[in-house]
Amino acid sequence: MESGTKRIRVLMAKPGLDGHDRGVKVIIHALRDAGMEVIYSGLRQTVEQIVSVAIQENVDVIGLSILSGSYMGIARRLMARIREEGLDDCLVILGGNILERDVAQLKSLGIAEVFNHHAEMAEVVSYIRNNAAA
Amino acid sequence: MAKPKDNGAKKERPVREAAYNSGKPVPVVYGPDAPDAAYREKIGLPGEYPYTRGIYPTMYRGSLWTMRQYAGFSTSADTNARFHFLLGNGQTGLSMAYDLPTQLGLDSDDEAAQDDVGRLGVAVDTAQDMADVFEGIPLDRVSVSHTINSTAAIIQAFWLIAAERQGVALEKLRGTFQNDMLKEYIGRGTWIFPPRPSMRLVADVIEYNAKHCPRVNAISVSATHIAETGATLAQDVAFPILNALAYIRELTGRGLHVDDFVPTMSFHLSVGGGVGPFNLLESIGKLRAARRIWARTMKEKYGAKNPKTMQLKFSTGNCGSRMAAREPLNNIVRQTLYTLAAVLGGTRSVNMACFDEAFEIPSDESIRTALRIQQVIAHESGVADTVDPLAGGYAVEAVTDQVEEEIQAIVDDYESRGGIVPFIESGEIQRLLARQAYEHQRKIAEGEQVWVGVNKFTSEEEDRMSAGEGLYEVDDSVLEKQKERLARVKAARDEGEVAAQLEKLARTCESKENLVPYLMDAARARLTVGEMTGVMRGAFGAYVEPSVV
Repeated sequence: MESGTKRIRVLMAKPGLDGHDRGVKVIIHALRDAGMEVIYSGLRQTVEQIVSVAIQENVDVIGLSILSGSYMGIARRLMARIREEGLDDCLVILGGNILERDVAQLKSLGIAEVFNHHAEMAEVVSYIRNNAAA
Repeated sequence: MAKPKDNGAKKERPVREAAYNSGKPVPVVYGPDAPDAAYREKIGLPGEYPYTRGIYPTMYRGSLWTMRQYAGFSTSADTNARFHFLLGNGQTGLSMAYDLPTQLGLDSDDEAAQDDVGRLGVAVDTAQDMADVFEGIPLDRVSVSHTINSTAAIIQAFWLIAAERQGVALEKLRGTFQNDMLKEYIGRGTWIFPPRPSMRLVADVIEYNAKHCPRVNAISVSATHIAETGATLAQDVAFPILNALAYIRELTGRGLHVDDFVPTMSFHLSVGGGVGPFNLLESIGKLRAARRIWARTMKEKYGAKNPKTMQLKFSTGNCGSRMAAREPLNNIVRQTLYTLAAVLGGTRSVNMACFDEAFEIPSDESIRTALRIQQVIAHESGVADTVDPLAGGYAVEAVTDQVEEEIQAIVDDYESRGGIVPFIESGEIQRLLARQAYEHQRKIAEGEQVWVGVNKFTSEEEDRMSAGEGLYEVDDSVLEKQKERLARVKAARDEGEVAAQLEKLARTCESKENLVPYLMDAARARLTVGEMTGVMRGAFGAYVEPSVV
């Protein structure tokens, strides 16, 4: 982390009922090692809870981790709430087992980037560094 | 020179004939000419204390391991069809996957359930759904493994009622309920209530089954999820053993002796999961060591007299975390290695991740291939012909001793500090595993640990699976179909009876009485999993995750 710049604040969130949290915790470690401030939501957060923590904590990035496959409905509802709250500066990214064929639709909803099973930790770190509005 | 041994096996049960390529018969078991005291104490023969070589004298010559693939999705009718498909393909037991709402005590018409109804397993709202899943499947003949934890006591009640409706007596039922809550806090995450009331529910099921349906394993103390969360090979046996000891204390605290109930406890050990490199011999040694540790612990520390209490009954799960998304067909080879390790380590049942594990729940093709891997090993490799064929080998015995020592050290450490529960409550175990998982990932990223096709020997192969080709297709109409089913069941109920059952259940939660018979009454009155969970949440409270990372 370069000195003089503000630390990037990230909320890593597990929406929906999915309990697989190995991946999200691995990414949290990687982001912290890269000098970012990371808040973890814990399991099974509603869209409402995630948006409210994002506002309270004034985060630059929301990272969603979904391994249950039920990402489309969650992404649709979350992005709608983000727009209602005017959190347009907040970068929303999604990771998990996301099918390639759904990526275009997710991006059209406002998800900035999707990291699927091929993604490496370093890619996530550098994407956030290059794109977060901190 | 190792000689064929007569351990009385043939007298006990008929064994399958087996011959070498030469035509000479394959003996059931080999052993030393003149076993010394150290051999007898540490290794012995299969079926003999300390069961290092297996809990049965004839193992796969008596009967093969159960081939059981995890299945279940959508509505009860769809799952019923897949179960018939698997049984028709020679599968010998069923393993039932429940959707997340069912696992978390949410009815299909609950708003929080909307994205997940019928998604990763079958939706079961009431005893009616359960009866429909097993339509045409005789429950006195097919054993069923149920991956259910927080709501296990409720779901088991549904299953017992489904058997009752088939006219099958409870003592004839065979199966397993996972019912292992402590590991849910460590890894799998389908918790609802805090650990202490959860342990009461776990213990209620164990106590009930030991008395009324002893062939239904009341718990499957699970290693696989702990391994997948980020445990080392030794931890992924030590932590489940520590969890089991915590449950055992819950039951001995009710005045029971281990011989009264431990025979209904089973384990689900992991192969190929966890952090650090996979090693075939070490994995075999781990399974052999686990049996020895359990036998000695039960006999020497808990005063077990019944051999069944000392025999570590386990199925194995071949883990999914090493199933690569790149060049997914390579995963078939990985699964073959894990299955070999499990079989050479003496598993009673194999359930494996499928080659498309990284993408979706299995397609018909991938689930059939998983079953075929087991069938090839059973019928075309010869490893099932000799019981514990590696015993006495320098490497395998040394590595068995080594892993045993590592596991025992972890168990003794936590036991000397009051057992594992406080360390789960504080999140310490969760944080330890998360850190290890990160270290493992870092080693893969840096190429320190080879993952063929991923970080070494890679190709530019087109990724058909990420594009969705050949994968299981989710049926978007499931939610509506399941909500209609639930509405029909609810409309036909006697509401006075429903209210009376809820009231009785609430009272029992506040008492120390065993909840199982009350849950069965509630299931007969067609109460839903959501209604029963709601009552329990009122009495037990909700779990709040400690800091886990």
